[in-house]
Amino acid sequence: MSDVPMNERKLVGKAVRRREDPRLLAGRGRFVDDIALPGMLHSQFVRSTVAHAELASVDVSAVREVPGVVAVFTAEDLQLGDIVAQLGRPLSEFVPTAMPILARDKVRYVGEPIAIVVARDAYAAEDGLEAAKVSYATLPPVMSEEAAFADGAPLVHVEAAHNTLVDVSLFATEGIDRIFDAAPCVVEVDARTGRQNALPLETRGAVAHWDDREEQLIVHTCTQIPHQVRTVASRCLRLDERAVRVVVPDMGGGFGQKCVVGREEIAAAAAALKLRRPVKWIEDRKDALSASFLAREQHYRARAAFDTEGRILALDADVVCDMGAYSCYPFTAGIEPLMASAEMPGVYKVPAYRVRGRAVTTNKAPTGPYRGVSRPQYVMVMERLFERAARELALDPVEIRRRNVITDFPYKGVNNITYDPGSYLESLNLCERLVKDEGWYEKQTAAAAEGRHIGIGYSCFSERTGYGSAAFAQRKMQVVPGFDISEVRMDTSGAVTFTTGTMNHGQSHETTMAQIVADELALDIGKVRLHQGDTDRITYGFGTFASRSITIGGSAVRLAAAKLGDKLRAIAASRWGVAPDEVELADGAARRRNTQDVLPYTEIADIAYLQAHLLPKDIEPGLSATATFDVFNDGTFSNATHACVVELHPGTGQVEILRYVCVEDCGVAINPQVVEGQCRGGIAQGIAGTLFEQVTYDAQGEPSATGFMDYKVPTAHEIPDVLIHHLETPCAFTETGAKGAGEGGTIGAPAAVLNAVNDALRPTGVELDHTPITPETVHRALNGAPSLESSS
Amino acid sequence: MKPAPFQYHRARDVDGAARLLAELGDDAKVIAGGQSLVAMMNYRLARPRHLVDIGGLRELDRMHRDAAGGLHIGALTTHHTVETDPAGVLRAGFEVLKKAMTWIGHLPIRTRGTVGGSMTHGDATAEWCLLAVVLDAEFVARGPQGERTIPAGDFFHGYYTTALDPDEILVEIVFPRPAPHAALTEFAERRGDFALVAAAVDLDVAEGEVRGGRVALGGVAAAAVRVPEAEAVLTGGGSFEACASAAAEAVEPPADASGSTHYRKELVRTLVRRACEEAVSR
Amino acid sequence: MNTDPVATHADLQLVTLDVNGEQHDVITEPRRTLVDVLRHELRLTGTHVGCEHGICGACTVLVDERPVRACLMFAAQAEGTCIRTVESLSEDGGGELNDLQRAFTEHHALQCGFCTPGFLMLAEGFLAERPEATKEEIREVVASNLCRCTGYQTIVEAIDACATARRGACAQRCESKEH
Repeated sequence: MSDVPMNERKLVGKAVRRREDPRLLAGRGRFVDDIALPGMLHSQFVRSTVAHAELASVDVSAVREVPGVVAVFTAEDLQLGDIVAQLGRPLSEFVPTAMPILARDKVRYVGEPIAIVVARDAYAAEDGLEAAKVSYATLPPVMSEEAAFADGAPLVHVEAAHNTLVDVSLFATEGIDRIFDAAPCVVEVDARTGRQNALPLETRGAVAHWDDREEQLIVHTCTQIPHQVRTVASRCLRLDERAVRVVVPDMGGGFGQKCVVGREEIAAAAAALKLRRPVKWIEDRKDALSASFLAREQHYRARAAFDTEGRILALDADVVCDMGAYSCYPFTAGIEPLMASAEMPGVYKVPAYRVRGRAVTTNKAPTGPYRGVSRPQYVMVMERLFERAARELALDPVEIRRRNVITDFPYKGVNNITYDPGSYLESLNLCERLVKDEGWYEKQTAAAAEGRHIGIGYSCFSERTGYGSAAFAQRKMQVVPGFDISEVRMDTSGAVTFTTGTMNHGQSHETTMAQIVADELALDIGKVRLHQGDTDRITYGFGTFASRSITIGGSAVRLAAAKLGDKLRAIAASRWGVAPDEVELADGAARRRNTQDVLPYTEIADIAYLQAHLLPKDIEPGLSATATFDVFNDGTFSNATHACVVELHPGTGQVEILRYVCVEDCGVAINPQVVEGQCRGGIAQGIAGTLFEQVTYDAQGEPSATGFMDYKVPTAHEIPDVLIHHLETPCAFTETGAKGAGEGGTIGAPAAVLNAVNDALRPTGVELDHTPITPETVHRALNGAPSLESSS
Repeated sequence: MKPAPFQYHRARDVDGAARLLAELGDDAKVIAGGQSLVAMMNYRLARPRHLVDIGGLRELDRMHRDAAGGLHIGALTTHHTVETDPAGVLRAGFEVLKKAMTWIGHLPIRTRGTVGGSMTHGDATAEWCLLAVVLDAEFVARGPQGERTIPAGDFFHGYYTTALDPDEILVEIVFPRPAPHAALTEFAERRGDFALVAAAVDLDVAEGEVRGGRVALGGVAAAAVRVPEAEAVLTGGGSFEACASAAAEAVEPPADASGSTHYRKELVRTLVRRACEEAVSR
Repeated sequence: MNTDPVATHADLQLVTLDVNGEQHDVITEPRRTLVDVLRHELRLTGTHVGCEHGICGACTVLVDERPVRACLMFAAQAEGTCIRTVESLSEDGGGELNDLQRAFTEHHALQCGFCTPGFLMLAEGFLAERPEATKEEIREVVASNLCRCTGYQTIVEAIDACATARRGACAQRCESKEH
């Protein structure tokens, strides 16, 4: 934390009621589809119906004849620049690929946009789609990792040999093979995780129009990264960046899917520019499920060596991530393999490590970040390795973790990352205690005697949050997110407006960041208002992802508020003719220490703005302050242990979750209720990926799920209540002591659920390593039928 | 996901609706609650040029018992009305219907969805189709040629097809005899989903003994089916276990992404047993 | 009075809707769903669209006091019914939140808020019909709609708390009448 002591904490740490709620509860939020502009048109996209083909011809002449259709544009009509995401790595490690806004010569997945139809309403736009005639010269689709690597496989991108976009070997401890050869215990896991949709309930969408008065293209879009959308829009449309303004309204979730630049929002903007009329695009659910950005389809072949006491000696992993048809901007197809490679050792003291991470391109919808990015997968694999070792060595599964978790901080890992202090062992012990105190081990034993199948599973992990520029630069991203800027401004009524470059989409920033500012300036929270998501009002920002908002954004906010506080003190001090450190801020006023002298902010603001002649020469008029914050070390690690208790039903194979316990530590919780909300929601998404959700394709590349009948988002019936216990190990270098809390729930849940299922399956001798686990898989395991899981 | 254009016709009585259907031919579709049809139209999987809305025909929204104890359900009765049974007409013999409603979608689907709509949609896993088959329901349809009654055994023809003529309106479903020992149960991966397999039984119980009964399955064929092999086991005094096994062996459910043939047969075994146990304990 | 057995409408039709106690005349294509007419013709944008096939429940509104999916209903079908949307919940036309809305904020039952109007109308309709609902019954009804942020627990708790408080207030009124 900075040298400036935190002002007295009145709101930070409290479950302050959310500032966002009243409008959202009254139906007065403003989401992108709520925006209606005079003369506005509606658009939809002609999309590829085949997975892999040369575009032979695109005939849209009949589209124009459809009643209500105003215009239709193909790639040739718009002549836009491509989206190209770059890593600063040699071609042997990373192959850059271009993603055209509309497909030009080739289509690479079912759902790829080919033309934009603009009409008087969304109904007519969809009528227009049906009149487009696209002919394809089909190519064999590449639909799996194995097919992509096969000799002579068709190439999704001709420039990417073996369909490989990323191939990095970041770590290889010398002599690691000898460690494995000599180790008394080596366990292996071959695990696959299903392709998922982050699935914000609000689909993607945008409303764009050209403003003649401002000479600006104004793009209202639901994005987690407004400034990066502005950059791409300006480049694709060949406008100065000044001439593009990205405004983000209320957002109905994002979870990473809205953290990349979408082709459709750029195309809608291009159509608006061409037609000089507002153009709206709202993705429908069918497109959101089949043609949006997906995530998580990974294959791990991992092994770990242990000594006879259960101490891990070495970890060796080969990770292949199926990134689909294109690299996403700004993260690239490296997002998943680089994350997995860099962080896989996790909370454990792993002395030797080797990893190869690859991104393979296939004829599936492209992937982007999704809450947790690779961590739900590699944590699951690590936790499986430990469970398997515990079985081989006849150790208790919690005990083997106890022997291996990092306990001395800061800890420099084999992956060259320095871990700041956390409560790895404490959370593990407490979580086990909570499970024991509720009697689950006794219940398990009693159930087994009745022939029932109850299992208990744990997951112990940490989550790097607050990735600063240094950490992302190490990944060699060409767009290096990291810092954040905040401006805090006070008006003559003593009310404060402040900005952040992060972008709330459910995380409660209007509340939590206001708590920080209100405490820092000793103001009533009602006097404090956040502005976000407008590239004209916010100097710059990298948006919200990677649990960076409170750690980095919140720190910038606090620094800016503290600077403004300094100015308030300086002005008051000048009025009293004392040194600024004689002045303190309390209850909306400057107070002279040990006296009754009080100068309310309204009076200071009066001087700063309306009576500026009263200011001393060295103080500028006005009351505003700007500060930036960045992290120059490896970031800060939140941590948690989850426990899950399941019962498997032999008649149906159903996995019923009986109990879920989470002991988490995200440092100082600015608003504990908000933190719990993040945990619960994250755990629900983790469970969803482990037991329910998966995007699959048939051999021709047709996606299986175009609706919620097939993409099974779990309901309140499937998601259990979660008992949450907080620990607090404050971060030493964020301005509030907070660590990030956005992703932990999702990261921990798959391992806990999978371990619990395997614990319940123990008497059968079957172990499951692939997710999602289906009822049929469990049914087969319980009833001795041959498994459907295969590692090929 | 916006429907294709159509013309909207609001029926003022059954005969008028039937006449209009006859006039419009294949381009017309009846809409009642619309809980399946509108979704299909939003996907443009269904694109009728004419929609005949019978939703306003209140005379089709009622339930009553006849002198013989049979139950008459108007085609426009909602699942929710059956579930809540405000007039108490399901007492003494038709509690099975009330209980079965909780398996249909969710509350906001049940408030709009109708018994007749579900029957005429003819989904292979639909609870109403299964109930009709196991309880030997009769379908009263009215068209330009007048009224006729179709037994359940002849009503369901396969995937989403029924015995109704295009110009016929289903007006009433009759469950001829009380079924005090009937039960329906099913399994889906997620609450409210269409069942992977659904099972319904209607047991004949006398002096505490099961003397026979009817067994029907959904999700194992193109339409809900009776399973005579399983019924024979009940008649012969066999155990529920044996009845369930006979049912599992008698069917060959097609495999899909949610489950193989083997798994669905295993679900049949589990669910038939569960349904029998539930039915006998009533 | 028109005695034709059917009323046929061509490309455009006049639809009269009773929404939140106000009459609205809308001239629209018959294919417009109720949710699209509410949102885009009447500009009542509190009701949201999440899937357009009746599963997510973001569009849930009350039709004759019962929760229904406004995406699975054509506006024309809603003539003659009373429709209520989230905009009707706040007392004094949007000033004060009602007890259910307050319970949602107290229990942190919303994050992004996109699904929230659907859950509010679902609960409002359900509790009106079953004020004595148990927490388990409430959970089953909450399973009607999808939320991607909260994990549902706090939504169930908020509705349960509201139901409990309403029952308490009702019991108090009955008691005070007796005295």
